[in-house]
Amino acid sequence: MHIPDGFLDGKTAAASAVLAAGGLAVALRQVHRHLPRERVPLLGLSAAFVFAAQMLNFPVAGGTSGHLIGSVLTAVLLGPSAAVIVITSVLVVQCFLFADGGVLALGANIFLMAIVSNLSGYAVYRLVHGWSHSVRSTVLAAAFAGWCGTVLAAICCAGQLALSGTVPWTTAFPAMTGVHMLIGLGEGLITGLVIAVIARARPDLLDQPAAGNLTPVLGYGLLLALGLAIFVAPFASPWPDGLEKVAATLGFEHRAVAEPVLPAPLPDYEMPGIQSAVAATAVAGAVGTFIVFGLAAILARVLVPKSR
Amino acid sequence: MRADFLDRHSRGTSPIHQLPAGGKLAGAVLIVVTVVLTQWPVWLGVAGLLIGVAALSRVPVGFLVKRLLWFEPVVLGMAILSLWQPGGVEKFTTLVCRSTLCVFTMILLANTTPFSRLLHVVQQLRVPAIFVTTLALLYRYLFVLVDEAERMQRARQARTYRRTRWTVLATVIGQLFVRSTERAERIYAAMCARGWK
Repeated sequence: MHIPDGFLDGKTAAASAVLAAGGLAVALRQVHRHLPRERVPLLGLSAAFVFAAQMLNFPVAGGTSGHLIGSVLTAVLLGPSAAVIVITSVLVVQCFLFADGGVLALGANIFLMAIVSNLSGYAVYRLVHGWSHSVRSTVLAAAFAGWCGTVLAAICCAGQLALSGTVPWTTAFPAMTGVHMLIGLGEGLITGLVIAVIARARPDLLDQPAAGNLTPVLGYGLLLALGLAIFVAPFASPWPDGLEKVAATLGFEHRAVAEPVLPAPLPDYEMPGIQSAVAATAVAGAVGTFIVFGLAAILARVLVPKSR
Repeated sequence: MRADFLDRHSRGTSPIHQLPAGGKLAGAVLIVVTVVLTQWPVWLGVAGLLIGVAALSRVPVGFLVKRLLWFEPVVLGMAILSLWQPGGVEKFTTLVCRSTLCVFTMILLANTTPFSRLLHVVQQLRVPAIFVTTLALLYRYLFVLVDEAERMQRARQARTYRRTRWTVLATVIGQLFVRSTERAERIYAAMCARGWK
């Protein structure tokens, strides 16, 4: 998902960079205050681990292959703030050493993969994991969170491309979200499998102290909300429902009613055309979320035979 | 695997390699900004400049072309989305040319400047110490972990006939994390023994 240079315009790149810097500042503060000294080298080694794991290719049907992205996996293993720093380091090295992802788009890439994917995935993980603390629920939560984080980052990425005027929202949203709902399946599956392996080999590595601090939650939540408001909301709002509501409040709804010459069978929700692809993707995303949750539950049941 | 498998040619002796790292970093960013803000007549000049730098740096042409082609699928895949709009073809060519020039700039920077020099520049820019340490350790141990993953996969291949399955690869990744954690503990002890503050 690394955005190359040239795909984002100045305002989008700048807005993403500011949001990314904000996230990094909160993460650095948290790590500076709460990370024990003996875990400092672990950040570097985890970053090397994520990079190395991304180089292992998983076979996918049809001779293609995919690889782990690792944002949510890192968040589950190290906690969200450490994960922001780890994934950012990976992206910085990939940008400057490998030319993977643009320099001016670095802020956008950090925002998408180190902040949106990682933090929203971690939020989903804690939400699902909160129900019970068995190994099985850990695997379920991690797999589901891996999918959610990937898809949310893709939606934000579509918003950034559309806001830059590079790709229209009506193409970017269905294409990016559709592809990443599939990629997310792989990501969720690998995340779940890896967590199950670690739970078997070194269960102690999964018990990380829950930071009972409200500041990072507020800070990160604010950043995610701002990101969605800037990149996604401008395109999500002109949906028919919003317009109709405005028309109704302003009192010129009758004009719209008077217009149609032929009565359409499904006037408000007609399917053909490009705008419907956006709606269809949104519906598919909502339905997909439930299906993926079910799949994650099955995966956890298969991988962890008995509730421990 | 060699320690510098990512930036194999970064330790050359050409005039370009000997330029100060900070200057090269600033220059590369400047070129990227120029390419993003301008249109094609300027791009020809930039392309000429980059080819000149590449020739002076004596980095093998085959290596540069291979690296460049490595990223073309990503650029094309994303640029293709821009075709579905009025004036799409023009936008598509613009995107591809821009991205290719920017990627070429960064490949040249990475392969004419040792990473430790870049880190030194980053440190002088007052980037927080923990971030610099993380970047340095990432660069130092990346090839060690890639080697470790390869060893684990080779050991498995020597013992089984089956094709690689997802569960097996996930085991390799899980094991790799466990080993990274244990290695980090040893590194911490070694850092303390050498007077890390």
